[in-house]
Amino acid sequence: MAYKNYILVCGGTACESNAGIELFENLTQELEAQGVAGETQLVRTGCFGFCEKGPIVKILPDETFYVSVRPSDAKEIVAEHIVKGRPVSRLQYDSGKSKKQVRLEDIDFYQKQVRIVLRNCGVIDPDSIDEYIARDGYAALEKVIFEMSADDVIGELETSGLRGRGGAGFPTWRKWMFSKGVKSDQKYIVCNADEGDPGAYMDRSTLEGDPHSILEAMMIAGRTVGANRGYIYIRAEYPLAIRRLENAITQAHELGLLGDNILGSDFSFDIEMRFGAGAFVCGEETALLTSIEGNRGMPVPRPPFPAVKGLWGKPTVINNVETLANIPMIILKGGAWFSKIGTATSKGTKVFALTGKINNSGLVEVPMGTTLREIIFDIGGGIRGGKAFKAAQTGGPSGGVIPPQYLDTPIDYENLAAIGSIMGSGGLIVMDEDDCIVDVAKFYLDFTVDESCGKCAPCRIGGRTLYNILARITKGQGKQSDLQQMKDIGHAMQRASLCGLGQTASNPVMSTLRFFANEYAAHIDEHRCPAGKCRDLINYAIDVSKCVGCTACARVCPVNAITGERKQPHVIHADKCIKCGQCFEVCKFDAVKRG
Amino acid sequence: MTKLTLEDLRKRRDEKKKEMQRREPAKGSVEVIIGMGTCGIAAGAKEAFDAFLDELDKNDLGEVVVKQTGCMGLCYSEPTVEIRVPDMPDIIYGNVNDKVARDIVRTHIKEKKLVDDHIYDKPAADIVG
Repeated sequence: MAYKNYILVCGGTACESNAGIELFENLTQELEAQGVAGETQLVRTGCFGFCEKGPIVKILPDETFYVSVRPSDAKEIVAEHIVKGRPVSRLQYDSGKSKKQVRLEDIDFYQKQVRIVLRNCGVIDPDSIDEYIARDGYAALEKVIFEMSADDVIGELETSGLRGRGGAGFPTWRKWMFSKGVKSDQKYIVCNADEGDPGAYMDRSTLEGDPHSILEAMMIAGRTVGANRGYIYIRAEYPLAIRRLENAITQAHELGLLGDNILGSDFSFDIEMRFGAGAFVCGEETALLTSIEGNRGMPVPRPPFPAVKGLWGKPTVINNVETLANIPMIILKGGAWFSKIGTATSKGTKVFALTGKINNSGLVEVPMGTTLREIIFDIGGGIRGGKAFKAAQTGGPSGGVIPPQYLDTPIDYENLAAIGSIMGSGGLIVMDEDDCIVDVAKFYLDFTVDESCGKCAPCRIGGRTLYNILARITKGQGKQSDLQQMKDIGHAMQRASLCGLGQTASNPVMSTLRFFANEYAAHIDEHRCPAGKCRDLINYAIDVSKCVGCTACARVCPVNAITGERKQPHVIHADKCIKCGQCFEVCKFDAVKRG
Repeated sequence: MTKLTLEDLRKRRDEKKKEMQRREPAKGSVEVIIGMGTCGIAAGAKEAFDAFLDELDKNDLGEVVVKQTGCMGLCYSEPTVEIRVPDMPDIIYGNVNDKVARDIVRTHIKEKKLVDDHIYDKPAADIVG
């Protein structure tokens, strides 16, 4: 026999330590006292991610969401909601209080997320075309083939305000219009699934969870610009995404949704896959096309832009996975619907891969204009271990860092550019007080130096020089003049590099120099790494007055650099120490000092 | 298979929609939907999948449908599983290992009681439809 009601109490650490345990006990007693224990199940849940407003209580089946519930509220919740069926409005989360400029009036939700791109991920079986069809799949294609002209489609995209989600934010409708406007016997649609930013996996999850949405969007693009052939350029490191796409293409073929005369119309379209070997530069559109053509993936100067002269010299529309995933919904619900979500210049939602020092890492899709604070603290559950937030990195190796003073900036293309970062493809890496900002900049330069194709000098030489300077600084061998030199090199790279990789490769350095000049100064002037990350600048020693001789550090040391008798103060031998920091982590008596 | 016409596609959509929304009481109306993205599989979704099949079998619950889906985005609590039982709210469980999977079969599906400590929140309202 199923219960009538379920009371879900968040059992995350933050909620439990905030009188959540007492709340649970009170609810148990009240259910008993008011005689509804038999028809109500009280359950403890995993973390709901809304830790700032905890403790959280959710009532099912009516989906009521209560925030900041005190133990004393238990009586009222049971008496009003469970017994009389009237929600306690003063405890309900008021979504109107959040700072988003535009809300969707047709969705009543407390969640911060709105899922358009990820609408089917985690909902349908990605290997079943029927489940996709049941969720209005291929209905947008129907509309585009039988009811809309190419200009209607482009007009709808223009109204929607959709901009490229691969990083640069170019209006999608204009790309399509350019391509449509060129007369050619052959045109192509290319899906850029060469996701390469460290820590970013939005596109992989979309392809794995909803492959048909990408096929449908490519067909819509094909119908609109007059192309009959599409390529999906995907990295070979995504075997599951490849398998699901291949399966989706086969299923679409079987039903005649791909191939000749689709749905009995005069429209024919086919899609093939091309596998990338994992070179980061191949995510750059001209390099990607060169790679599809079977050549070594290197960028070529633009213009001409691929929309006019692309694959094998033919007009080619290249859209990123996330951009494409939006399109069927825009066609079905209308550009006006889409444009209601987001900010003045950036419409719709953005998917972020939330990683780093965050409690609830994962994929989040939020309306443009959501603040970093909402993403990190309301959805992500805050910083791991209750440490201090230092910065968030967006845009991967092409982006920059966002320091704490910008936590409340609404995220859109323009605002991120104004603070020296970029939207990028959607990697969002959270850093805490233990992350060294110089080391972070060095990490990204190491990556871009490795991934630079070497064709143009500013990127090839500039990147290497920046890396060398950063490496010197992290060893305590930096000079004051390095700072100006890095800025000069960075500016030159931004202006003179051939493609986006080189033009943006200095961003991590420029951005960290701008916001964390003091941290660079500590490394250069004081030979000190404030975060305790740069090995050459730190030493570990044991404070004999605090050491109780528990031997924990000696046991954990991988190189036997710590000696001492039981219950006697221990000693770290600097000549053997490799500065791994494990003794520092393991000491319960605060006796291991880092300096 | 024959190629679909526009009419065929629309008919097929209506039929599948009804099936998915369980408007018609069909066989196998209890569903176990396991997140099988790269992230879920890496966290042990395949082990959970096997545990569900085995435990359902042991409890003579052969009519329960076990399905896969993509990543829900709750990476910190993978593997994630959605359980849909008639007359009960749809529930998302996270950190579902072998033991939790068996617990879900016995407690949630058989006894119609929710399982403690593993429920997570749906990340967003559904916009389709």
